[in-house]
Amino acid sequence: MNKLNTSSSELDLDGPNIEDYLPSGSIQEPHGELRLRDLLDISPTLAEAAGAIVDDSFTRCFKSNPPEPWNWNIYLFPLWCLGVVVRYMILFPLRVMVLILGWIVFLSCYFPVHFLLTGQEKLRKRLERGLVELICSFFVASWTGVVKYHGPRPSMRPKQVFVANHTSMIDFIVLEQMTAFAVIMQKHPGWVGLLQSTILESLGCIWFNRSEAKDREIVARKLREHVHGADNNPLLIFPEGTCVNNHYTVMFKKGAFELGCTVCPIAIKYNKIFVDAFWNSRKQSFTTHLLQLMTSWAVVCDVWYLEPQNLKPGETAIEFAERVRDIISVRAGLKKVPWDGYLKYSRPSPKHRERKQQSFAESILRRLEEK
Amino acid sequence: MGNGSSMLTQYDIEGVQEHCSNTFSQQEIVSLYQRFCQLDRSGGGFISADEFMTVPEIAVNPLSQRLLRMLDGLNFKEFVLFLSAFSSQASLQLKVEFIFKVYDSDGNHKVSFNDVLDILRDLTGQFIAEHQREHVLTKVLEEAGYRKDSVLVPADFMKILGSSVLKMEVEVPVD
Repeated sequence: MNKLNTSSSELDLDGPNIEDYLPSGSIQEPHGELRLRDLLDISPTLAEAAGAIVDDSFTRCFKSNPPEPWNWNIYLFPLWCLGVVVRYMILFPLRVMVLILGWIVFLSCYFPVHFLLTGQEKLRKRLERGLVELICSFFVASWTGVVKYHGPRPSMRPKQVFVANHTSMIDFIVLEQMTAFAVIMQKHPGWVGLLQSTILESLGCIWFNRSEAKDREIVARKLREHVHGADNNPLLIFPEGTCVNNHYTVMFKKGAFELGCTVCPIAIKYNKIFVDAFWNSRKQSFTTHLLQLMTSWAVVCDVWYLEPQNLKPGETAIEFAERVRDIISVRAGLKKVPWDGYLKYSRPSPKHRERKQQSFAESILRRLEEK
Repeated sequence: MGNGSSMLTQYDIEGVQEHCSNTFSQQEIVSLYQRFCQLDRSGGGFISADEFMTVPEIAVNPLSQRLLRMLDGLNFKEFVLFLSAFSSQASLQLKVEFIFKVYDSDGNHKVSFNDVLDILRDLTGQFIAEHQREHVLTKVLEEAGYRKDSVLVPADFMKILGSSVLKMEVEVPVD
């Protein structure tokens, strides 16, 4: 199902040099005259490959670690069974009812507002924002979401963009219940896609398609237009570009950081004791993921609104992105890895292999001259 | 929801351990099995080249194609045997023999000038001209007492590489 293609449309890791992060295995320690054993000894390269076969930081980012089963003894097992009964038979139906109620309220208010108030743009927008925040609160209630917000609430100002780490699509809902952001998201199929094209569209959300090469420029333009528009909802971007398991952060795409505005970082950390909120899109559909959340005890998370950052003089967009990633990772206690999230869908650019080849070739040629 | 070690019985673990001549501990074998199942997403009992290539660190390695050919279709037992050369318990001879196998792509237990040139090409790519590669190789071969048409056997490899320190160890994470 996941077709990996070596996309020549640059799956460009125009990011910091990966070699700085990877365990050092410079292919040769160059010194002295070149000998046969130097050419025959490929052990460092082999060791790098074997190391990656045995364990690698990229796969670790997307591993959902199942919690240790605690229901293994005769006292705890009945307790756990009781818990299952409560969760599936009592909590779940209650939550479904809450959700249905929420949708009824939302839809019965939204359609009149959207279609009847066409004359009064400002009022309509305000009501729509309030309604979206409402339905998101209903969603959060339907998983018994306990969200603790830290820091000053986002303000509606032009020329600012919000970035956050990404664990699941519920990140959007958790943030949206507090502030009606316009978000940039991958266009999904199914009922999610339907919601995207109708309700979320009115918020000013932007869609993209990962697999389309030309898409990038179009999206960059849309982003710029949105941010410079005075009346648009604040824009929320997930620069990782994919869901990561809330223990690591992958590299941030620089798109959000070269729009010429202030970047306000948001860090989100889920408490795994209650449920693992990581949406492993390879393993489950969003519907299954939501059902899993609705049959757990609670979704507990912390959201930190961090200090807005600006591009420092002399800083490139990539450095800016890494700096903000650092701020978010430290706040949420996540480890950084040097990989582009899109490597889930494509192979790395040949640039990296070529860099290794080049450094080895240069060391050979250099030592040849050392005679 | 990965496969736990409950899929491997003690009997299986001992069998694998024997097959790799005890170069890995039982815990390491369990870890390797979890890793094997994680990479073998299609559940076919072996890891396909595509499945290996989903690991970016493998994909950027210049020798990945050769290694993938050697790993092609291996079941778990053979997979562990393949990795045994990288264990801290592996002898120097085991490591040198592994390197020989990487060079000896046609499996005839002989490594020719062209075999070494092929690997050199993988490692240097377009950054050295072909004739320069041949020149360098011929020169160092002659310096070591071989000729361009010499054929190397494992004993030669042992002689050439046996004296240097081979940095060829990998740690299996055991949690």
